[in-house]
Amino acid sequence: MLKEFIGDLHIHTCLSPCGDKDMVPTRIVKEAQNLGLNFIGISDHNSVENIFAVKKVGEKFGVKVLGGIEITSEEEVHILAFFDEDWSLVKIQEIVYENLGNEENDETLFGEQLIIDENDRIIGKNRRFLIGATELKVEEIVDLIHNLDGLAIAAHVDRESFGIIGQLGFIPKELKLDAVEVSPLFRSQPRIKYGVEVSPVSSTGQNLPIVSFSDAHRIEDIGKSFTTFFLEEVTVNEIKKALLNQDGRGVI
Amino acid sequence: MKLKEIVKELNLKVITAKDSLDKEVIGGYASDLLSDVIANSKDSNIWVTLQIHQNIVAVASMKNLSGIILVNAREPEKDTVEKAEQENIAIMASNLPAFEVIGRLYALGICGKKQC
Repeated sequence: MLKEFIGDLHIHTCLSPCGDKDMVPTRIVKEAQNLGLNFIGISDHNSVENIFAVKKVGEKFGVKVLGGIEITSEEEVHILAFFDEDWSLVKIQEIVYENLGNEENDETLFGEQLIIDENDRIIGKNRRFLIGATELKVEEIVDLIHNLDGLAIAAHVDRESFGIIGQLGFIPKELKLDAVEVSPLFRSQPRIKYGVEVSPVSSTGQNLPIVSFSDAHRIEDIGKSFTTFFLEEVTVNEIKKALLNQDGRGVI
Repeated sequence: MKLKEIVKELNLKVITAKDSLDKEVIGGYASDLLSDVIANSKDSNIWVTLQIHQNIVAVASMKNLSGIILVNAREPEKDTVEKAEQENIAIMASNLPAFEVIGRLYALGICGKKQC
């Protein structure tokens, strides 16, 4: 049966160098539950290493957790990717790490990158420079995501830095994005920046579906922006259908 | 100053639109944020950037820029080269970083908003 599902897919954990230390599985899931979110997505910078812990906690509390990653392209554009299957996450991780370079994270400058278990215990640190850019082009990233049956969303397109419109001027027509994400600030801020209209629709001419998520790096930011989907269940495939308004699915 | 003079003075490698080097250069702009280039570059500017995505060609066309200088010996992507040939936009590469490229352009009398 089709019903409404409220979701915030863009949430960082303490693995992201810019993520708060208390962005640990239990705190994140409990906050989502308190807010009445039906599902969340975990999308750390260039890494999936905390997802499996959050998924376990999500199961315990009845909050569906989609595994994802926020990949930084060579052009410094952030692309969100979500997958149903764990093997897809493992595979995308492998490719992203291969293309991330060998630089190490300086945690005094950028922050710690904590790997954590389902009991919120620190079990390690990621040494890679996760905040850095990969050598993958936006087009390559989107193709890669689709080849692994994933969902590809351009992150915070209304933001000047790391948003695709800010970095690349406009969204390339050939790019097969499933949606674009606008940040929580989108409603309150002027949409004209640098003399160009930061509107995904007018900039592309291809009417990409628009979703909005929080991009939370702190507990209190979770759910600041969310999107309601009309689905049978929360899966990448169902969300894809909703973005295309197929089979009665939709974005509300 | 014409593009071909800049190519010679800065020892640039011309990658695309070799026939367009008679274009006149009036001032320059440097930025890697393409939205910023759309907003702030001026007609006939030469543009210094490290971005190699094909959108640089569309931006240069849209703003009628005289040409694009890629810094740090950056190689444009294949589709960027194809688009640039189609649009007759010269892409030129320098082995130098942006700071040096811009400094040398400035020394040649190519300036930004105001007179050098």
